[in-house]
Amino acid sequence: MNRQDRNLAGGAQGDRGATASDTFTGNRALEIEEALIFEIGRPDTTGVDWQDPPSVVPRLGGLTRATPTGLPALSEPEAVRHYVRLSRQNYGIDSGIYPLGSCTMKHNPRLNERMARLPGFADIHPLQPLATVRGALELIAELARWLRELTGMPAIAMTPKAGAHGELTGMMVIKAALRARGEDRTVVLVPQSAHGTNPATAALLGFRIEQIAARPDGTVDVAEVLSRLSSDTAAIMLTNPNTCGLFERDVVAIAEAVHEAGAYVYADGANFNAIVGKVRPGDLGVDAMHINLHKTFSTPHGGGGPGAGPVALSGALAAFTPIPYVIADSNGLRFVENSDDAEPGATPLGRLCAFHGQMGMFVRALSYMLSHGIDGMRQASEDAVLSANYLRASLSDLMSLPFVDRPCMHEVLFDDAWLEGSGLTTLDFAKAMIDEGYHPMTVYFPLIVHGAMLIEPTESESKVSLDLFVATLRDLAMAARRGDTARFLSAPRHAPRRRLDETRAARKPVLRWTLPAPTTPTV
Amino acid sequence: MRYLPLTPEDRREMLRRTGVADVNELFADIPADRLPAAPFDLPQHKSELEVERTLTRLAAQNVAAASVPFFVGCGSYRHHVPASVDHLIQRSEFLTSYTPYQPEIAQGTLQYLFEFQTQVTMLTGMEVANASMYDGSTAATEAVLMAHRITGRRKAVLSGNLHPHYRQAISTVSAMANYSASVGAADPSGGEDLVASIDAETSCVVVQTPDFYGHLHDLRPIAERAHAAGALLIAVVTEAMSLGLVMPPGDMGADIVAAEGQSLGNALNFGGPYVGLFAARQKLVRQMPGRLVGETIDADGRRGFVLTLSTREQHIRREKATSNICTNSGLCALAFTIHLTLLGQEGLSRLARINHAHAVMLADMLAAIPDVTVLNRTFFNEFTIRVPRRAASVIDDLAARGVLAGVPVSRLEPDQPLLEDLIVVASTEVNDDADRAALVAALKEVLAS
Repeated sequence: MNRQDRNLAGGAQGDRGATASDTFTGNRALEIEEALIFEIGRPDTTGVDWQDPPSVVPRLGGLTRATPTGLPALSEPEAVRHYVRLSRQNYGIDSGIYPLGSCTMKHNPRLNERMARLPGFADIHPLQPLATVRGALELIAELARWLRELTGMPAIAMTPKAGAHGELTGMMVIKAALRARGEDRTVVLVPQSAHGTNPATAALLGFRIEQIAARPDGTVDVAEVLSRLSSDTAAIMLTNPNTCGLFERDVVAIAEAVHEAGAYVYADGANFNAIVGKVRPGDLGVDAMHINLHKTFSTPHGGGGPGAGPVALSGALAAFTPIPYVIADSNGLRFVENSDDAEPGATPLGRLCAFHGQMGMFVRALSYMLSHGIDGMRQASEDAVLSANYLRASLSDLMSLPFVDRPCMHEVLFDDAWLEGSGLTTLDFAKAMIDEGYHPMTVYFPLIVHGAMLIEPTESESKVSLDLFVATLRDLAMAARRGDTARFLSAPRHAPRRRLDETRAARKPVLRWTLPAPTTPTV
Repeated sequence: MRYLPLTPEDRREMLRRTGVADVNELFADIPADRLPAAPFDLPQHKSELEVERTLTRLAAQNVAAASVPFFVGCGSYRHHVPASVDHLIQRSEFLTSYTPYQPEIAQGTLQYLFEFQTQVTMLTGMEVANASMYDGSTAATEAVLMAHRITGRRKAVLSGNLHPHYRQAISTVSAMANYSASVGAADPSGGEDLVASIDAETSCVVVQTPDFYGHLHDLRPIAERAHAAGALLIAVVTEAMSLGLVMPPGDMGADIVAAEGQSLGNALNFGGPYVGLFAARQKLVRQMPGRLVGETIDADGRRGFVLTLSTREQHIRREKATSNICTNSGLCALAFTIHLTLLGQEGLSRLARINHAHAVMLADMLAAIPDVTVLNRTFFNEFTIRVPRRAASVIDDLAARGVLAGVPVSRLEPDQPLLEDLIVVASTEVNDDADRAALVAALKEVLAS
């Protein structure tokens, strides 16, 4: 029956050509095709058992739902199978090396999952009396202490929900600080190599973006920054290590000049994982930096969230820390939930979201920190950087490095110069990696390098794993160089899907399932 | 260290191949005069057992909702989550994957998000939905920014009965992005009239239903007035379960729906992570924030799914993007969609009716206590009561008796004398007769003392 449903669906939605599979079912052993819940679900089944509701006189004021939802249901065995089959069409860190540069796909310890599910953390409500959540407040205070210590910055805004939300928070805090000085500065400097979220965040707040070109060695040009600074400059948004995988060695000179001009240094902390335990951003002159707990501190990426993006703030900005926050001092814990409760001198930015932040992520991050300790975190930074440099040394005779002067940090950036004349692109190379059982690296980012391939192995790979990865990339690179284009242009051939038509998806967007139009019987 | 696979010998060999004598040479670009002056004041690594002990001790200091009669709501609700939900979201390939940038090996994520988007449209009665937002409050904030983009106007009119945290989140961004947000006065009786606040500068009206105090609202009149003034109606829903029983915003003229989806599939988690639902009219899709999954075909003509309309997004458009948002709330959206798939139309409707019935029964029991008034004529699974003294102390006294009875309005609306004696009480399917009896008995005791 399922097969019939799927064929019907396929017939209606796009043609499931005979070339797609050489099996009757379209399945390939462990890889099983799965239809949409709307095609296999039924209104007259259920995956839960609820009794009839007690009989009462409704208090809905006549606002009862008139149109049924039409939601399909699956029984529990069907639902479990549906999602297990879908999961098998995904690649995860647990499947193998996931070298997405800038995304930091490191191992997600399972202890963290167990800790986050303790009823004392998972089954507590954000608005139950504070006396009944002392342990939760203590955990938040303790995580903030670790983050302060690791960043060398005196205040942490704990509530931002992800990296981009943290950026927004940091830039709002900077704007609030400028306003408190009676200044309305309008320009934010953003290096060309920055993540797209940086200019998007600054623009959202009404700032004008001025782009700073990179030097030939891939780092930010101090002279260029100096020439752009004016009394209208609000901030510079710097990523360090930057998205080319290089440490901005002039960061101190830049920060001093920025401060001299009365502006602030925002640091994108996406790459903090390279330097944890080695250097503190506060010592480099940073005023605000978001920390992606889902990158540096191992909380799972979950297919694109949830993340958590606490923001570390310098002494110049600490007074503007948004509510709510926990103060831990000799008097014990105090929870500042409303602006009026703030300590003297504090002028909180306001509230960023409902409740107190991503508690489930806080528990996981603290579990990671306690497990590693400062020694383990320093070692993790060193291993991540060493592994990236090992890949660099093992591949740079075949693949081209845009920046050769200095070692990389936790990620190594190649460009596509070495593919010139092969008829192949970075994308072709990436898709061929899929057939070899690897998730590709980040491609076409950063934008300052042509056909960028940004590889971040993280500290989670064994040497055996790295060596096989190197051998595979070398084999692919040699195949590309000798003109074996078929292996690339037809890739991926062994994934659950071949290359997908993204143009078609964007031209006439189908963003939800709809009942296929009835087809006229042919007989 | 158990999470680090490299051995000392591996490291030596890798340094040799890299042509470096000491790993610190790789960090040589860090200015030497900025290296930490003193050792970090942090402990060394610990065994799994030690970490577990430390964190379990902290967890034990909190009162878990399941351990007491529990009636706390206001935007976060305790519902029963089927066992299979938490099992399935821990499948490695869901848990440890990234945003689906390589669709050929991310069809699992992409298909469930496509299913999620469709379910959200069915639930809200809207035409398109995105792949989720951080939570309800940030979804509401993004909805306001979207309305500003569409109308070219700069003023949002917020209902005084919008969840105060949502109101504050919108106000914070509005103030910093040079927009204005006018806020109506809180009206715990539910009779607020926002029509007078709508003017030619208004880009959107933001109304919550059920509202913060539990009242249900017919959005049709306000939708009509907003549209007549060229403004959009943004409907906020903080209890997604209500949509199984109550008329959805899409049937009442809403242009954008921003909702909190925590109720389905997700635990209380002390406030996060949750999952924001974001739905809109089809014609507004190109101004929507966040990720969108669309259907397409692969090179063999087989159906597949991809992230689409990315030209709205920051990684392509940079400062011209519709929003700065990068991630969604993928795993929480997965929990949401699995729970909803288990429920289906009939299960959700039945569960919603149980919620409503439990709340009606509780409201009647509380209304029978002398000096306690139920303010609501309408509600779903949450309503507001007035007690004869400061609500915050009543709640604390009840907690001391082992009953978590609700939220004193003053916790979210401090320094408002008219709201000081109000408690918002929620009752879901998890509450049984014994819970209700315990609350009533304890409240009588507290009020008598």
